[in-house]
Amino acid sequence: MQRDSLALAVPLAALFLVAFIAPLCVLLALSLSGDSEFGRFTLQNYVKFFTDRFNYSILIDTLLLGIKSTAVCLVFGYPIAWVAARSSPRVQSLLLFIVVLPIMTSVVVRTFAWIVILGRYGVLNQIVQSLGLTQEPLKLLYSEVGVVIVLAQVQMPLMVLPILTVLSRIDPNLSDASQALGAGAWRTLWRVTLPLSTPGIVAGCILTYAACVTAFVTQSLIGGARLVYMPLHIYQQAVGANNWPFAAALSVIFMIAVLAAVALLNTIAARAHRHA
Amino acid sequence: MAAAGHDVQIDHVSHRFADYVAVDDVSLTIDGGGLVALLGPSGCGKSTLLRIIAGFIAQSSGRILFDGAPVDHLPANRRGVGIVFQNYALFPHMTVRDNVAYGLRAQKWERDDIGPRVEEMLRRVHMAQFADRFPKQLSGGQQQRVALARCLATDPKVLLLDEPFAALDKNLRFDMQVEVKRLQHEYGITTIMVTHDQEEALAMADRIAVMSRGRLEQVASPTEIYDRPATLFVNQFVGSTNLLRGELLAQDSNGALVRLDDGTALRAADSKGLMPGAKVVVAVRPEGLVLSDNAVEGARPGRIKTVMPLGPQVAYDIETEDGAALKAVVARSGASGLREADSIVHVAPVSPAACNIFAIE
Repeated sequence: MQRDSLALAVPLAALFLVAFIAPLCVLLALSLSGDSEFGRFTLQNYVKFFTDRFNYSILIDTLLLGIKSTAVCLVFGYPIAWVAARSSPRVQSLLLFIVVLPIMTSVVVRTFAWIVILGRYGVLNQIVQSLGLTQEPLKLLYSEVGVVIVLAQVQMPLMVLPILTVLSRIDPNLSDASQALGAGAWRTLWRVTLPLSTPGIVAGCILTYAACVTAFVTQSLIGGARLVYMPLHIYQQAVGANNWPFAAALSVIFMIAVLAAVALLNTIAARAHRHA
Repeated sequence: MAAAGHDVQIDHVSHRFADYVAVDDVSLTIDGGGLVALLGPSGCGKSTLLRIIAGFIAQSSGRILFDGAPVDHLPANRRGVGIVFQNYALFPHMTVRDNVAYGLRAQKWERDDIGPRVEEMLRRVHMAQFADRFPKQLSGGQQQRVALARCLATDPKVLLLDEPFAALDKNLRFDMQVEVKRLQHEYGITTIMVTHDQEEALAMADRIAVMSRGRLEQVASPTEIYDRPATLFVNQFVGSTNLLRGELLAQDSNGALVRLDDGTALRAADSKGLMPGAKVVVAVRPEGLVLSDNAVEGARPGRIKTVMPLGPQVAYDIETEDGAALKAVVARSGASGLREADSIVHVAPVSPAACNIFAIE
């Protein structure tokens, strides 16, 4: 039985080995080799990264971008999931369809649509200006605010779906019990529903975060050439500067940083949720 | 602590889900401190009625009154109703202590009063030593004690119990029934319990309201419900029964005379105002039958098919000559041993009072 189930895992393991572990080893080896002569062991790429402020400020910007986008995603995504969990099956599937829609359009098309909306003479600025809220057009495109807005919209399903799953598994008697004990809707949400949905929130945040920090196309097209995040930086080093070992070192550092952030989230969640 | 309980009045309450009538014009008055069981099969509307009283559902028509004052405009969190759910619905992420304190905090008790109150409630349900446990670390009975403590801590006007013992195994169920009855008595709190388990209703309630298809069939004391069921439904739902078809021959001040379909004549204490000639069914409880070796007046012969020794009693499954099956339960006395399967006995009602007549529509 055990052997049979192990046998079933072999194709996936083989795929992982060839398509994931092996390239990762190559990447690691590459990052530890010199500029010119491949094969000579050196830590110079890592030293270069940590001694150059420009480099690690890009890393910090990228990680912060992930936090901001994830936070926006959570603030808008949780209420959507909450409403969907309480809706009739028909309303629920309609809501889900709307939320999942961005995934079903090409990333390039979606991003250019946002450029039309966020641009200096774009839809959003025209509305804001015609309402007289501002004289000067807002700078949304090629700004971090724009990148955060677009990332939050694009990654929304990754936030909503796990939260919705957890919310719909919570015993409906719990909110009734809370109400009968004298709690209003907000207290019930804050003390019962929210704490019990932390596993969904954590899963949603991890997925959204990982997707946001690595979203190369959205970051580059909405952020423009002056806003550089890690994916673009790696791309420029590899393809533009043809410095593959340094690009490899950047990739390894980026990967470890993202993994560390995810692990941190997981630990916090595990501690907060030991008993529920 | 024992305060006079609050009166609850259910006044012509109906509730419709789309085109389905879940509760149909139910009126019921529960005196302060009473324990009423809403008894009925699943889908009879008893749970809907409970949720209406709690304020979770707004009824389609009718009123709910506490102490004569309508409470229909009050949402569940302001109605002062405590409810214990079948699955207890303890907050899984909070300790026992925090669960019990939840209602006190929600109702803005003074911080200094909450701690002592929680300790007092946990002592009352014998759960003080488990205050720092989480619900999933407790057994079913312990969870129920905590649910009761949480519910009673805020001094609700009315206690609602939704199938409270259904999830407990048999021995524990009896202990908890005793416990709940003790607490209910101690607090003098008006209690409404929903159950589909007739034994539970008979054991716990001062009065039982039997429901079927959204309507009240009968509201009476447990003995009255059992001995003098108002309708055939109540008779069949509460306890086991034998149904014998026949025709009403005559009625007088002593009761009624019925000729059963197989020709036997039978006396019943009450004719319920039926006219001679009416088609009737006579209901006799298994313990309302006596078995004898010799033919006596009104007895019908039958063959014992199955013998089930139940300890203090013996249940017999008897097939009469016309093929009808009768269930009889006889107390075991020292003198009489078990009757053998396949032996012939004569079966007759103990007395006219053991026979209830219902008209066949």
